Amino acid sequence: MEAEGAIAGIENIEQRISKMQGEMQGINARLEAAVKLADGSAYPTASAAKPAAAKKEPRTKETAMSAEVVDSNPYSRLMALQRMGIVSNYQAIRQKRVAIVGIGGVGSVAAEMLTRCGIGSLLLFDYDKVELANMNRLFFRPEQSGMTKTAAATETLININPDVELEGHTLNITTLNGFDEFKRILSDDTDKSRVDLVLSCVDNYEARMTINQVCLELNQTWLESGVSEDAVSGHIQLLQPGITACFACVPPLVVASGIDERTLKREGVCAASLPTTMGIIAGLLVQHALKLLLKFGEVTPYVGYSSLKDFFPTMSLKPNESCSNGLCCKLQSSQPTSELATTNPAADVDESSPFHEDNEWGIEVAPEAEAASSPALGEQALPEGLSYSLPVQQPAQSEVAPDAEEHMDNTEPSLEDLMQQLETASSSNKGDSKAH
Amino acid sequence: MAESWDSGTKEAVKQIPLLTSIAGPRDKQEWQEKRLKQELQSLIKYIQLNKQTDSDWFTITSNKDGTHWSGKCWYVHELIKYEFDWQFDIPATYPTTAPEIEIPELDGKTAKMYRGGKICLTVHFKPLWAKNSPHFGIAHALCLGLAPWLAAEIPYMIGEGAIKVKS
Repeated sequence: MEAEGAIAGIENIEQRISKMQGEMQGINARLEAAVKLADGSAYPTASAAKPAAAKKEPRTKETAMSAEVVDSNPYSRLMALQRMGIVSNYQAIRQKRVAIVGIGGVGSVAAEMLTRCGIGSLLLFDYDKVELANMNRLFFRPEQSGMTKTAAATETLININPDVELEGHTLNITTLNGFDEFKRILSDDTDKSRVDLVLSCVDNYEARMTINQVCLELNQTWLESGVSEDAVSGHIQLLQPGITACFACVPPLVVASGIDERTLKREGVCAASLPTTMGIIAGLLVQHALKLLLKFGEVTPYVGYSSLKDFFPTMSLKPNESCSNGLCCKLQSSQPTSELATTNPAADVDESSPFHEDNEWGIEVAPEAEAASSPALGEQALPEGLSYSLPVQQPAQSEVAPDAEEHMDNTEPSLEDLMQQLETASSSNKGDSKAH
Repeated sequence: MAESWDSGTKEAVKQIPLLTSIAGPRDKQEWQEKRLKQELQSLIKYIQLNKQTDSDWFTITSNKDGTHWSGKCWYVHELIKYEFDWQFDIPATYPTTAPEIEIPELDGKTAKMYRGGKICLTVHFKPLWAKNSPHFGIAHALCLGLAPWLAAEIPYMIGEGAIKVKS
C-alpha cells in the first residue's frame, strides 16, 4: 500500500512538472517579448527611416472585455457580436481552454484565430521544428526556422494578445510515453479533462487514433480536421464520445477531389500543401469551435470541402454499435437517447434520395463494406463526394485466413523462451547472408 | 491493392501465422502474455520460412517489453548487398495502427520518406493493415511494408547516386 501511495505521489509530481514546463514555455515567451520591447525590437519596422514605430508600447493585459466602441479596444468588434444578437455572452470565451494538437499549416492558423478571439487559454502540442519548407503556409516566419513549433507559436501569439494564457508542449503523442504525457497534461487533479475542446490538426492516422483514444478515455469532445495530400480538398468532423461516431467507428472519410483520380500524380512525393486550403480548413474548424464554445448556430458533424469543384458535402455520423473500440461502445450505451445534441437536422443524409446516376464524384463504397455484418456502416450511406480512405475493418476475422484461431497456440513456451528463439533464428540469419 | 503484389510476397505473407490478440502495449498484462507471444511466434515462423527459401533479408531484436524493435535489413542489387539499420517503437494505439518503420540513415535521400527516416507506407501498406487489424503483426509489417519499400526505393536511390556501396 505504501509503495502504491509513493508511486501515486511520484506520478502526481511528474504531472505537475510537465504542466509547469508547459506554463514555463508561455512565461518565457512573455519574458522574451518584454525584453524585445525594452530593446525596441518587438515590432519589425516597415522602414528603417522610421525607427520610432518600433518604440510602440505593447498593450496592457485587459481584465475584462469591453464593449466600448473605441479604436483602442481590441475586443470592440467581437463584443459587437453580442449587440447584433449572434452570441448571447461573448465574454464566456475568457473562461474557455482549448488544446490544439499539431501546430502546422492548420493548427498554427487556428491558434492565431482563437488568440485574436480572446480565448482564455491555449495548450499547444507539436514535436516538430519550423523549417523553410513550411513557408508556403501561413503564420510561421523564415527567421523562426529551427525553433520548435510550440516555442515559435507562443512567441508570436503572446505578442498578438497578452490576455491569452499559453502552454506549449513539445511532445510526440503517438509514442507510449507521449500518449501518457498527453493524457496527463489534458487532465486535472481528479483525472477529468481540464479543457473545453480539443482541436486535432495533425497530418497522420496514427496521431488521430491517439487523440481519439485519449478523448474517449477523458469523455472529451473534439474536432478533427484534415487537408488531402494533394492539397485541394479537406474536411472537419465533430467527435462527441458515445454520441457521434468515434474515429475508429468507420474508416476515415475523404472528400473526392472531383476530378479523375487517375489523372492525379501521386508518385514521388508524400504530400503537397497550399496556404489557401489550409487557411480555409482552419477557418471552418475555428468557426465550429466558436459555435460549440459560445453556443450559437448549428454545428454540422461533418463538413467536407472540394476546392476544384467548390463543393461542400455535409453529413452526420452515427456511432458504430460494433465499433472495434470497446470504450466507444460503452459510452454509446450510457447515452440516454440517440439524439445528436448539436446536429444540424438539415444536414442529415436523406437516405431515401437516390444516388447521382453518373457518379460524378466517384463514390467508392468498397464491396466488403456492403457485405460487412456491421450494421451501422450499412445504414449510413455516404453523400455525394465522400468516400472512405481506408478499407472497412473485417469485423470478425481476416479474409486472408478465416482459421486464424487455429494458427496460434497460446499455451506455447514462455516469453523468455520465445525471445531466445527469435534471437537464435535472427542471428543465424546473418551468417548465410554473407554469401551474397 | 493486393493484386499488385508480386507472387513471392503474396506467397510469403500467406504463410506467416496471423495473430488473434487485440492487446496493445498499454494493456500491460495482456500484451505480455498474449500479443507479444504471438508476435514472437509469428516472427520466428517468418524467419524460418525465409531461411528455407534462402531469402533471408533482415535480423531483428527487441527490448524486454517488446515495445522497441530494431535490426538490420539488406537488399541485393546487381549482385551487391546493401545493408541498413532499421528500427521502430510500438505505437500506443497498436495494433489498430501499424508500426512506423524507420531507416534513419536514409533520411533525406528519397521523397518516399517522412521526417526522421520513417518509410512512406501510406499507399501500399496502410490500407492492408487497416483491413486486417488486429490479425497482422510485426512480421506482416516487415513482409508487406519494409520489404516492398526496399525493393522499390533501393534501386532508385542507387541509380540516383544517393547511396553507395559500403566498404
